Amino acid sequence: MFWEVTQSLMGGMATTFQIFILTLVFALPLGLIFAFASISKWKPLRYLMQVVVWVIRGTPLMLQLIIIFYGPGLWLGHNIWSGNEAGRVSATVVAFAINYACYFSVIFRGGIEGVPAGQREAGQVLGMTKPQIFFKITLLQMVKRVVPPMSNEIITLVKDTSLARIIAAYELTFAGYSFMKSDGLTWPLFYTGVFYLVFVGILTLLFNYIERRLDYFR
Amino acid sequence: MAILEVSNIEKHFENTKVLKDVSFSLEEGKALAIIGSSGSGKTTLLRCLNFLETPDQGKISVRGEMLFDASRSAAENEKNLRTKRLHFGMVFQSFNLFPQYTALENVTLAEKLLAKERPDFKQKKKEILDSINEHGKALLAQMGLSDREGHYPHQLSGGQQQRVAIARALALKPDILCFDEPTSALDPELTGEVLKVIRKLADKKTTMIIVTHEMAFARDVADQVIFMDEGFIVEQGDAAQVIDHPQEERTKQFLTRYTQG
Repeated sequence: MFWEVTQSLMGGMATTFQIFILTLVFALPLGLIFAFASISKWKPLRYLMQVVVWVIRGTPLMLQLIIIFYGPGLWLGHNIWSGNEAGRVSATVVAFAINYACYFSVIFRGGIEGVPAGQREAGQVLGMTKPQIFFKITLLQMVKRVVPPMSNEIITLVKDTSLARIIAAYELTFAGYSFMKSDGLTWPLFYTGVFYLVFVGILTLLFNYIERRLDYFR
Repeated sequence: MAILEVSNIEKHFENTKVLKDVSFSLEEGKALAIIGSSGSGKTTLLRCLNFLETPDQGKISVRGEMLFDASRSAAENEKNLRTKRLHFGMVFQSFNLFPQYTALENVTLAEKLLAKERPDFKQKKKEILDSINEHGKALLAQMGLSDREGHYPHQLSGGQQQRVAIARALALKPDILCFDEPTSALDPELTGEVLKVIRKLADKKTTMIIVTHEMAFARDVADQVIFMDEGFIVEQGDAAQVIDHPQEERTKQFLTRYTQG
């Protein structure tokens, strides 16, 4: 039975991992775009970003997931998500990517603004172009500043993937929970904790490594 | 002929006029010191020359080439802005070294980026980069920092950091080297080593503009002095003349406060 449960949870873990990776793939660049929008010189864009961030941070992720998944079917009259597992995972990734991009954008904005203006000016007086200043001077200093808060968010994301259960995506928590319904077993659900711990443990090691790699400058 | 001509520069932020009708010129190989109390517009003037601020009025020309003319369109003034900037070098009060690069990399970064634009860069990549590194090392040696090439800024003292910053500003061979209060962020015992380096540059006839609070230094090293107050040039002339025998009442007041400590 233990082996059977482990295999089944591995299957759930695959979906959890898929949601995690895809969310990062979309949320990281989107968060950077949001960050630049939120410090844009064009006021309407800045205000729009403030409203978006307020709405997304101001409502539960679970609610956003439900709206993204059921909303099109309820209000637009046709469901854009296919009824299979792929459709559920896609809807989850869309909801998560938007949500996390908003949190990331606030962190990125802090990173951008945390680099002293003198750094950019020093690049300017040395005749560097804007892209050169961004990629050669500010980017790495920004990365160094955002790694600790980003590691927090990314670790939270690992556990937030369990919310996908609400739209019946077969991720890790759902896999563990299903044994309660089918076989009356509670331990598989608690056993999922080990999977999350291992996953987060690996991420923690990775973030420690990155922080150490960036330790050579201040 | 003057290497730098600045005429009728005006600049305001919001409702405060920071620079009012500022005009001066500088001969090649001469050092100009700008003195005056905080908020008198010295730093803003320097930032205008380096195009970190855009003047509202006036003209700036170097070697007879009009770099900025407020009566022209903004597009015309911003055309080739990068090349125009290269006429000036800038040493900041807070050094602004790039923390992620070593002393040598700080000095050579801009030159390497510019070299990439050369048409022969791909064929002669190695030679070009080697010669840039040699140039960087020579500049650090000139600053007495040969043994600090591989150090990162946080491993250097303030005085060493500022000397790296001077080497960095010299790397692109600017026509005019600007210093914005280069020793104000330093402990008193570290100002000496930076002033010594600037003095050497003056001896080598480097054209310089130095915003400074070090009156004795200004008097010794500069050929010319400008005293600014509330955005105006109150008095300008021969350095020793202005500092030892100021003509204007406000200059006298300012200098008295200084000599009294």
